[in-house]
Amino acid sequence: MLFLSQCINGLQLGSIYALVALGYSMVYGIIRLLNFAHGDVIMIGAYIALLTIGAGIHPALAVAVTILGCMLVSVLIEKVAYRPLRSAPRISLLITAIGVSLLLQNLVQLLFTANTRPYPSTAIIPAKALNLGGLSLSLNTLMTILISLGAMVGLHLLIQKTRMGKAMRAVSEDTGAAQLMGIDINRVISITFAIGSALAGVGSVLFCCRYPVVNPTMGSLLGLKAFVAAVLGGIGSIPGAMVGGFAIGFAEVLVTALGFSAWTDAVVFAILILVLLVKPAGLLGKGVAEKV
Amino acid sequence: MDKAMRGYRQIPVYLRYLINILLLAALLALGNHLIVSGAVNRAQKAIILQIGIYALLAVSLNVATGYLGQLPLGHAGFMAVGGYAAAILWKSLPKNTGAMLLGLLLGGLVAAVFGVLIGVPALRLRGDYLAIITLGFGEIIRVLIINLPGITGGTPGLMSIPKHATFPVVYITVIVSCALIHTLMKSRHGRAILAIRENEIAAEASGVNTTFYKVLAFTVSAFFAGVAGALYAGYTGILTPGNFTFMTSINILVMVVLGGLGSMAGSIIAAGILTALPLALQSFNKYRMVIYALLLIVVMIFKPSGLLGRYDFSLTRILEKAVNGRLFPKRGKAGEDHA
Repeated sequence: MLFLSQCINGLQLGSIYALVALGYSMVYGIIRLLNFAHGDVIMIGAYIALLTIGAGIHPALAVAVTILGCMLVSVLIEKVAYRPLRSAPRISLLITAIGVSLLLQNLVQLLFTANTRPYPSTAIIPAKALNLGGLSLSLNTLMTILISLGAMVGLHLLIQKTRMGKAMRAVSEDTGAAQLMGIDINRVISITFAIGSALAGVGSVLFCCRYPVVNPTMGSLLGLKAFVAAVLGGIGSIPGAMVGGFAIGFAEVLVTALGFSAWTDAVVFAILILVLLVKPAGLLGKGVAEKV
Repeated sequence: MDKAMRGYRQIPVYLRYLINILLLAALLALGNHLIVSGAVNRAQKAIILQIGIYALLAVSLNVATGYLGQLPLGHAGFMAVGGYAAAILWKSLPKNTGAMLLGLLLGGLVAAVFGVLIGVPALRLRGDYLAIITLGFGEIIRVLIINLPGITGGTPGLMSIPKHATFPVVYITVIVSCALIHTLMKSRHGRAILAIRENEIAAEASGVNTTFYKVLAFTVSAFFAGVAGALYAGYTGILTPGNFTFMTSINILVMVVLGGLGSMAGSIIAAGILTALPLALQSFNKYRMVIYALLLIVVMIFKPSGLLGRYDFSLTRILEKAVNGRLFPKRGKAGEDHA
């Protein structure tokens, strides 16, 4: 029974990582950028939820505002910081992304201090426990897993079945050719950022309901681990991000359950290094030969 | 050498070295005199030593970022490894010059070993993997330091490290390190490294063993980060894992980016400004990281090569121009690269 409940824990954590990892993977797939600011968008989302619920707005509306806020911030970042560097060397883009991440963290720190604040998690998901044949399952866990799975299925349908999804796949395959076919690259990239950060917004709410504390640097480690998940699964691959997310979630829960909770971060990064050694493209990624 | 350069008098090699060495020695003597005589107070001395240490960190990161064109995000990790290695050695040895040298060397070598261990898997791959792997490495090192209190002193830190890093030690170490890196970059190995930065595929097609040179440059970068870490240990006398966070790596990166990717002089100047400014303006500290972040973004968008670009300061070049009466040419020529 203990094993089963740990598995469900892993599933919960893993589905949050997967949601965040999807954002990294989509952005990487389309403009080959490690969007370091993605984790900080989650932090921004947490503060938006904190402030809106604090202002007495209905939780459901607050969640919607959170998701919209994340989308807005992300699209804005792309427009202001990444778009001018579209044809710049990748190292410039990477340094800019780090700069944006630092900027978000420190702006929030300047506005709201570095203090940790409690997150109104019970206002969003009531603290109830369900009993499934001797297995106690909190509503929080169940909702997290169901919402994440729903979001992933929705994303899959969006990418495989809609016109916009087709355009996104085309741009990620070959930007130049996609442009020649009449696809508005800038619009597709903006929408990719918007969708990725909408998932981050959902991830933000779910993560904060599990760990109900908020501070300006909360996004960086979550972002890094989700990013590791994306690389582990194969960056640029959407099923890969899900697999990687669950793998990292399970690994973390396992290490904690074995009594090495101080080592979880080290284990996550060690897994990453080992996987890159054996399978550089990640578990589900495709190795791409470089063109001259 | 083109036609216009014919008749351009050059300074003989031995004279160039002599001028440079004499000037550097004079600066050392002057600095030492100011400190010993007490004309420079404690706080100012601390700033000078910190500038030296950060200059070496920035110059060493510049080898991997500016010259090789990779983006390591775990420079603080190498600094930590070198610092702890040297500190542990120093604590077990009497305080003398031999021990000091041994500690600096050990710090560098241990960091270099980690550099090879990280570099070989990371640099075989193209793309941004080095950034992620080094970032992970930096975090792993910090977790290790915290969780192995028997060796590293854990979270409270490693204390009462002999303070080996006096002004002459820091000064000479930084100068010798910069000279070594400079000569490496001027050699054929250095040109191979620059070729990889310019175009990895073309370099490989021209017979450059890209993996070897990438690992070489990365290891050199790690070695000098380790030496700087040892200096840091000998300067503060106490090492805690909090000294070596991701933010430390970012601070060093900001110096390199601001000074100019590929400019040693730029790295040193930026290290000087960015170390002295926050210490001089304490009230500015609150906004420091916001300003750093904005600097990174703005520099990348408007001047991606950094403030000095790839320009490097050369006294000989200026002297030769003066000898030939061309110090103030009518048309300014762009700065030259290492190659």
